[in-house]
Amino acid sequence: MKKLVKMLVSSAIIASMAFVATACNGGSTATTTTAAPTNGETASTDAPAPAGDELIKVGIINNDPNESGYRTANDRDMKATFTKENGYEASFFYSLKNEEQIAAAQKFIQDEVDYLLISAAGTSGWDGVLEQAQKAGIKVILFDRTIDADESLYEASIVSDMAKEGSQAVEWLASQNLEEYKVVHIQGVMGSAAQIGRSGALNDKVAAEANWSIVTQQTAEWSEETAQQIVQSVIDSGEKFNVIYAENDNMAKGAAAALDKANISHGVGKDVIIIGFDCNTWALEELLAGNWNYDGQCNPFQASYIDDIIKNGAKQKVVIMDEKGFDAKTITADDVAKYGI
Amino acid sequence: MKDGAVLEMRGICKYFPGVRALEKVDFTLREGEIHALMGENGAGKSTLIKVLTGVYPKDGGTVVLSDKQINIKSPQDAQNNGIATVYQEITLCPNLTVAENMYIGRTKGPLTDWGKMNRSAGKLLDDLGIPVSPKEQLGNCSIAVQQMVAIARAVDMDCKVLILDEPTSSLDEQEVQKLFKLMRDLKAKGVGIIFVTHFLEQVYEVCDRITVLRDGTLVGEYVIQDLPRVKLVSKMLGKDFDDMAEIKSSDEEEKIDYNGTPVYQANNLTGTTGIKPFDFEIHKGEVNGFTGLLGSGRSESVRAIFGADRVTGGTIKMDGKTVKIRKPLDAMKNGISYLPEDRKLDGIVGDLSVRDNIILALQVMKGFFKPFSKAQAEKFADDYIKLLNIKTASQDTPIKSLSGGNQQKVILARWLLADPVYLILDEPTRGIDVGTKVEIQKLVLKLAAEGKSITFISSEIDEMIRTCSRLVVMRDGKVVGELKGADLNQNKIMATIAGGESK
Amino acid sequence: MTSDTMKSNNPSFAIKLKNFLGKLVKNQLFIPIVALLLLVLINLIADPTFFKIVLEPSSTGHLILSGNLITIIDNASELAILAIGMTLVTSASGGQDISVGATIAIAGSVILRVIKVQPTDISNGRFAAMLILAFVLCVVVSAIFGAFNGALVAYFNIQPMVATLILFTAGRSIAAWINNNDNISIKDTRFAYYGNFIPGIAIPTPVFITAICLIVIALVLKFTNLRLYSQAVGINASSSRLNGINPKMIKLLTFIILGVCVAVCGFIKVSRTSSITYSVIANNIEMDAILAVALGGNALSGGKFNITSSVIGAYVIQFLTTTLYKFKVSSSAISAYKAVVVILLIIISAPIVRRWFEDMKNKREAARVAKIATAANTESGKENV
Repeated sequence: MKKLVKMLVSSAIIASMAFVATACNGGSTATTTTAAPTNGETASTDAPAPAGDELIKVGIINNDPNESGYRTANDRDMKATFTKENGYEASFFYSLKNEEQIAAAQKFIQDEVDYLLISAAGTSGWDGVLEQAQKAGIKVILFDRTIDADESLYEASIVSDMAKEGSQAVEWLASQNLEEYKVVHIQGVMGSAAQIGRSGALNDKVAAEANWSIVTQQTAEWSEETAQQIVQSVIDSGEKFNVIYAENDNMAKGAAAALDKANISHGVGKDVIIIGFDCNTWALEELLAGNWNYDGQCNPFQASYIDDIIKNGAKQKVVIMDEKGFDAKTITADDVAKYGI
Repeated sequence: MKDGAVLEMRGICKYFPGVRALEKVDFTLREGEIHALMGENGAGKSTLIKVLTGVYPKDGGTVVLSDKQINIKSPQDAQNNGIATVYQEITLCPNLTVAENMYIGRTKGPLTDWGKMNRSAGKLLDDLGIPVSPKEQLGNCSIAVQQMVAIARAVDMDCKVLILDEPTSSLDEQEVQKLFKLMRDLKAKGVGIIFVTHFLEQVYEVCDRITVLRDGTLVGEYVIQDLPRVKLVSKMLGKDFDDMAEIKSSDEEEKIDYNGTPVYQANNLTGTTGIKPFDFEIHKGEVNGFTGLLGSGRSESVRAIFGADRVTGGTIKMDGKTVKIRKPLDAMKNGISYLPEDRKLDGIVGDLSVRDNIILALQVMKGFFKPFSKAQAEKFADDYIKLLNIKTASQDTPIKSLSGGNQQKVILARWLLADPVYLILDEPTRGIDVGTKVEIQKLVLKLAAEGKSITFISSEIDEMIRTCSRLVVMRDGKVVGELKGADLNQNKIMATIAGGESK
Repeated sequence: MTSDTMKSNNPSFAIKLKNFLGKLVKNQLFIPIVALLLLVLINLIADPTFFKIVLEPSSTGHLILSGNLITIIDNASELAILAIGMTLVTSASGGQDISVGATIAIAGSVILRVIKVQPTDISNGRFAAMLILAFVLCVVVSAIFGAFNGALVAYFNIQPMVATLILFTAGRSIAAWINNNDNISIKDTRFAYYGNFIPGIAIPTPVFITAICLIVIALVLKFTNLRLYSQAVGINASSSRLNGINPKMIKLLTFIILGVCVAVCGFIKVSRTSSITYSVIANNIEMDAILAVALGGNALSGGKFNITSSVIGAYVIQFLTTTLYKFKVSSSAISAYKAVVVILLIIISAPIVRRWFEDMKNKREAARVAKIATAANTESGKENV
């Protein structure tokens, strides 16, 4: 029974991985030429002056900014860019639920916005509403997250390649040349693009390599306390592990707290390697201090890309943002200041 | 089967843990008779009714309805068999119309013809002489009309047996007469009516037969002419009963110093519950009463004295000193106790133990931060359980599992423990058995003799005449008269209530 | 004759045993304790090492206790503290506060707001002062939010679930707003003592905090009339008022007490990881708290209550959660298991089931009485002959 479920889940993950991969390939050639602004704070100043008195109406559908530091930074970036001064009249809607987001999109269509900017909570179910938007002459730009819909239904999609983030991290981990990899894998909200992408790379590696194994694989739904409980239960059960692969910084933090509690050392040259994602400033500081080992960036600053597309037209369907991964051994204080969110 | 019997119950047994609620009780109801079911509280009346209506499954015995042995499994089952019940508390929906209430749960199929329903309800109400429109919202009708609607609903369901459980306890005299007329009409139509009540007068007014229960067993069945009141009471109590008539010694009144400073004195006391501002005073050792029809404002007046509802004006002096009474705690701290009219709603705290219920008022007066020790609380409870002869399994028994009379005694104990100088008792004898009634009346007079001032309200004028030395008569929210001495007789009181004094 | 005495002796012993068992079953602690024993038994059978507790030096070099049991009593702390307040609110208002998760987010956010501005190198004394300031502020803020809920319930007569729906919805946004939506991480290790270990003490700090809360509430219940008042108000508000109690004040008071419990929980929660995720901190804890109250055999409609029972209920829930983690059940599926517990509880406490038990008992009683009666009849018959 358990095996069956695992098989189903992993095949679903692989299937969606395949999709993400193809989506990325479609745009990757063009992307390389685009110099990506890596810091959102400069985004608003880059934007050209409003093209007349008429404000551009944009409806922005995003995930709840309280969800994570990433989202908070993303939302701030959006709010700073889509202002009256820059020629926009922006309405915002936040939800972590796909259905609510779709309903909000329908409302924005009724309100006759010019652009619909969507960061979807889930990947499916959007076809209908995107067709409506197309009929109404509303241009759709996806940001941060892709969805399962025909490419013709949207103008452009500005995404982080979560799979790439994952594979970068896994590659880094492989380069550590450990004898054995016993990984505690703490996942984000199941089905989210970040979870699928970041889990996928690890799952593939574990399946491929004989000396890689998963000690436990659990979703903590982005919550540090749940992550802490999960790691604590692994420690209590006496199972050995040497890697914590947490799909965001907060969960990595919770995991580290559990390790601290149980006298398990972690960080550079210690017993357990800690990997996090999102590059929160405090997380990069942990790297700098050598308490964590690796943090994968997830660039939250799409607003300038979107602004560019609205004002100058889309050059390609899928815009993949440039993203880095930081190693505790090589990170500098400048990196922390520059890339921390 | 006896002649004309519509219902025969034989050897009915019902047990609760540790209690024999019914032990081999027989009961026979004939067609077209009104049959009183009498007994003190705890005698088994309500248990018998509940067995008959399927609320409790019986533990033994047989029920034969119209020559057919039946096994009633649920209230619905009872209804389908033609046994309809109208309870003391209205069990209809106040937010529906009269017609809707009459047909609720009885319509067949998903569609309802409202027009037809209203018409047939109207016709039935007319036939029964119930003065209400079928479209009226039930909650807007008087309690009496609500009772009658409940009866009309039962009648319309072709009931063979109609059970009226204390239907008159919240009705005034006129309304009772209307109800009796309805009962007689139904009797003429051949319906057998079981009438459960505490009012002896009413039994003798409408009933044909009486069945008396005591301690869960059958005492006997009597034709009404063969059983004079005194005998009935002695059957119910299981002893000869002699002290019902004269419990007040006439020389008590002379001791009261009407010229001294009143214990409690109110001027222009004004509340928000629809009563006119009124003056009132009571002296040490005096027992006075408020009387009037239901809704005349007698309860509202004493509630204003206690600060139970919002008091908006007036000056109050206790022992000559001006005090402020705006809420119950003010009144309590000034030595006023109030036993409310509605025991269930305002009196008992159902799930709490007898002990907690007894100490509640005194504890509140003592303060939030000064709880009584367990030993102290137990002693208080013990003392008053003994003093008032409260029948309870233990101090820890939840008060709700006591009989009505014993619940009332617990509430009385609560207020006696608070050691008031002025005790207000609003309908302390309603819905409780004759024995306890007399006990309470005696207690009132004893307390007065000890120097407490007491206001005693009862809807039974007899009781008031027996216990009070002064009666404040109210009508339409206004004090319309004050009677004492020789004026304290049934006729004079009735005349004053009715408005005869202006002539 | 001897056989007769034997017979009469045996039943009396059987009855005594039955009475004892009956009393035990009726005791409010029965359900939660049985549930706890059941979980212990399951774990004992599945894996006896589950109960292993070890004393080892921690990363700070001090000896600490660890093991599943320690994890359980540690992680159940917030729930146990919440159960105290939730029981009181349930008793007085006959409803539950569903905003506690969101108000924990607020409480935690307030603490972090104060602590985050401190440099890590301040002296212990100054740090303690800051911490006390942060905690006091957090208690005040939480009490105010509790009072807000309480006022809606007591003075505007809004059903507790509906009234607290407001903060349930808005609370996490307020929490994020307090810290300007920042993703905070406190680096001062001293801050982590309260959700983890104080150096040199082998038992997790939350356990002590919970113990303090339990002692405080026990003292409050002993030296005030909180129990009597809130029960009276919950059972019959009208009657309580006529006995001089101010039901509105009491309801408000219970919500404020819950607010204080929330403040303590918020403090422990943010101290555990020295950070906060506004949208998921103490996620769904309100449902667990309500479940703890129900599991403790308290009527969710208010009135009589037993805090000990609720607190044991809280530990049962955490025991269940930890057991499920141990069996590697997906954390998102854990709520499904809790749902099973809820269903069992509802079935056990359903009036129809209780009535069925009572009827069975009465029937047995009736049969017994009837038997005695017939026996007596035959005996008297014999005498007559």
